Amino acid sequence: MKNMGDMLLRKPAFKEIVMGNTALVRAMVESGTRVVTSYPGSPTPEIATAIQSIPQNQRPFYFEFSTNEKVATEVAFGAALNGHLSTVFFKSVGINVAADTFVQLSLLNIIGGMVVVLGDDPGANSSQNEQDNRHFAYLSYTPVLEPASPTEVYKYYKEAATLSRKLGKVIILRLTTHVCHAKEKVKFEKWHPRKEDNTPRFDSKNGPYIPLVSAVYPMKERALRQLDEIETWVEQRRLHTRVDNNSRFGIITSGLVYLSLLEILEEVPAKPDILKLALIYPVPARIIIEFLKSHDDVKILEELDDELERSIKAIAYEQQIATRIIGKNDINDWIGEYTPDKVRQILRNTWPDLIAAGESIPQLSDDIPARPPQMCPGCGHRSAFHAIGEVLATEDITVADIGCHTLGYDEPYNLGEILLCMGASTAIGSGLSLFNNSRKVVAFIGDSTFFHAGLPGIINALFNKHNLTLIIMENGTTAMTGHQGHPASGKNFNEITEAIPIRQLLEGLGIKPIFETDTYNQKELRTLVRQAVNEESFNVVIAKHPCMLLFAKKQRKDKGGNPYHVRIDQEKCKNIQVCIQKFGCPSFKRNSDGTISVNNELCIGDGSCIQTCPTKAITR
Amino acid sequence: MKPFNIYLCGVGGQGIGLLSEILLRGVDHAGFQAKAVDTHGLAQRGGVVVSHLKFGETIHSPMISSRKADLVVAMERHEAIRGVDTALRDKGCLIYFNTVLQPLGVRLGSDKEVSEALLKESCKVREITVHKVENEDLDDPRMQNMAILANIDKNNLVPYIEKHHLVQAMEDLMIGAMLVKNMAIFNKISTQPE
Repeated sequence: MKNMGDMLLRKPAFKEIVMGNTALVRAMVESGTRVVTSYPGSPTPEIATAIQSIPQNQRPFYFEFSTNEKVATEVAFGAALNGHLSTVFFKSVGINVAADTFVQLSLLNIIGGMVVVLGDDPGANSSQNEQDNRHFAYLSYTPVLEPASPTEVYKYYKEAATLSRKLGKVIILRLTTHVCHAKEKVKFEKWHPRKEDNTPRFDSKNGPYIPLVSAVYPMKERALRQLDEIETWVEQRRLHTRVDNNSRFGIITSGLVYLSLLEILEEVPAKPDILKLALIYPVPARIIIEFLKSHDDVKILEELDDELERSIKAIAYEQQIATRIIGKNDINDWIGEYTPDKVRQILRNTWPDLIAAGESIPQLSDDIPARPPQMCPGCGHRSAFHAIGEVLATEDITVADIGCHTLGYDEPYNLGEILLCMGASTAIGSGLSLFNNSRKVVAFIGDSTFFHAGLPGIINALFNKHNLTLIIMENGTTAMTGHQGHPASGKNFNEITEAIPIRQLLEGLGIKPIFETDTYNQKELRTLVRQAVNEESFNVVIAKHPCMLLFAKKQRKDKGGNPYHVRIDQEKCKNIQVCIQKFGCPSFKRNSDGTISVNNELCIGDGSCIQTCPTKAITR
Repeated sequence: MKPFNIYLCGVGGQGIGLLSEILLRGVDHAGFQAKAVDTHGLAQRGGVVVSHLKFGETIHSPMISSRKADLVVAMERHEAIRGVDTALRDKGCLIYFNTVLQPLGVRLGSDKEVSEALLKESCKVREITVHKVENEDLDDPRMQNMAILANIDKNNLVPYIEKHHLVQAMEDLMIGAMLVKNMAIFNKISTQPE
């Protein structure tokens, strides 16, 4: 929308169509949040986009993208110790990175209040797994509120902020992908900007803040005792939802799954009663006991793992409640997002008489080709993978890392055969190189990932003298998540910075040799990589080229389109097809007559393909 | 009003996001309760982008169930047939821009490009009405979404939604040169005779 920044700062109450991520920012404004941090990752980047729409001099809070999620959490925590309400947000697997820090928060008196916003991803739409982060709540005794819609994202953040400040307790606001990206009209309240108090209020007397030896037990006890207080507070605030249909059947659920459930129940004449929990940890026993006692059959409709089911069954056992409690039926109930279609299937398995079968979901026709993601036209990584692929032998082992450079794993490059998590490639490669004298090991990493988590593995390879080559795919940005800046990009969220030079950093560590070239110079890159993999050492090749999607966007903006293209001279073309089959730029198209030509809608005229044609048939 | 479900699909970069937001706001201006959700994933990297939009009474989930869409709006031929197969109900309506962005398998020669004939046949057996949009004389392929919007309006494919609702939506979302350019194309094509 235009003027999103103005909308987010509007003082009188108003209504607006927003996505969940945007509603969250308005909630931060109204709550008086003073410090917000993050590391980019789907489904959360639109939160930062909304923040960016507010000009910095009008922004009521400080925002930064930190080097990684652990650092982001620590920065937010530090600010909250001085009395500033803070928030850190990141994608689901980001909590793994932040875990060492995160598990401690609940033990400490965070006087300013702190809300952690998690973007979980059931269905693994954009993550390497669909881990259920509610486990972290149980592990760390951290309360979790789970909104189902943009309206609830707005409402629950404000509740979390109030509760967090009141108790000095960290609170998780757990969103899932389709809550972050759902859009609806939200009713926003008026905003009274508070007078900002910048006085640093940290006082060690509010602690203890050093959780060592004898201090740990009382801190843990305090965290456990607070759980009751939190259950009561949420009940009194009436955040849970009861839907009464006068049924002896009941369903307990939470989050977006509630909306999938309501959708399916529209077609059911005899609807079960529903208890939708706003607070999913601590498990609100009182309201659950009441619900169990008043129903004969209760289904726990729970996406991903079975924490709620287990807690509820334990509660029922302790209270000697005879209600039949139905949890997950089979392994499929653990896997995937609980869309309306899936919920229908599950309810039918639970109560076959209640719900019609619904049409069987048709198989996708085999005639429709899949459309996996690709490197963009002009991408420097394509030139790199094309060149590197020509140098390595098929038995050589390549390790991927996370970012746009991951896309080398797919056809036709097949470079990057193992992927774990951020920054893991060098260390995995180090392990692969042990006792290995026959197969070269090459690891890839991007520049943002390098700073995020790559350095420990790199320093280890140097320190423990591993034999492998690391290729740093440097494109000057954090591309996959939306072109956020990073320490080597020359700007942070707020201002220009002095870019940290990756090459000099590696030289400072003492890594040698270090090779470097622009990836468009494929011939040079082949020579350097050949040299690097034949050296017995840990060495680095920096394969550099600026992100071409950014370049293309700027070109379109400045010139109102893409004026430059390459073309294939059909006289010179001998249909060898290196361009479309090996180099693999998506701008090439296969015509019905067997010829290959260029799709001018896609080609940005970078010309990096020209050198790949053995008959020099590609021209500008 | 019984819910009306619109499923928009295409390739990352084709402007589905803007198109779906215009329709969402258009529907809101017409006085309906509406919910939408975009699935991004790795969309910008030439992957599939889908937008769900539902309006009317009794809407809960923003997601459209399998083969429950009334209207599929597709920006490309492969995505058109995919949308028809997964999302569109029998006797529903498809509007698509007849351009082809070949997916990986087609370019590598391991998959066959979806032909117009295959799409047409798939729709015929399920009694789906098809509106094909092409040759709209666009010098900028990024304006294809406006061509689609204009044809949606011209053919009244979304019940109760009129041109002025869509125009108002566009003015909510765009300013300056962007608004002028998009509006010009929308107006030109929506007033053109068939």
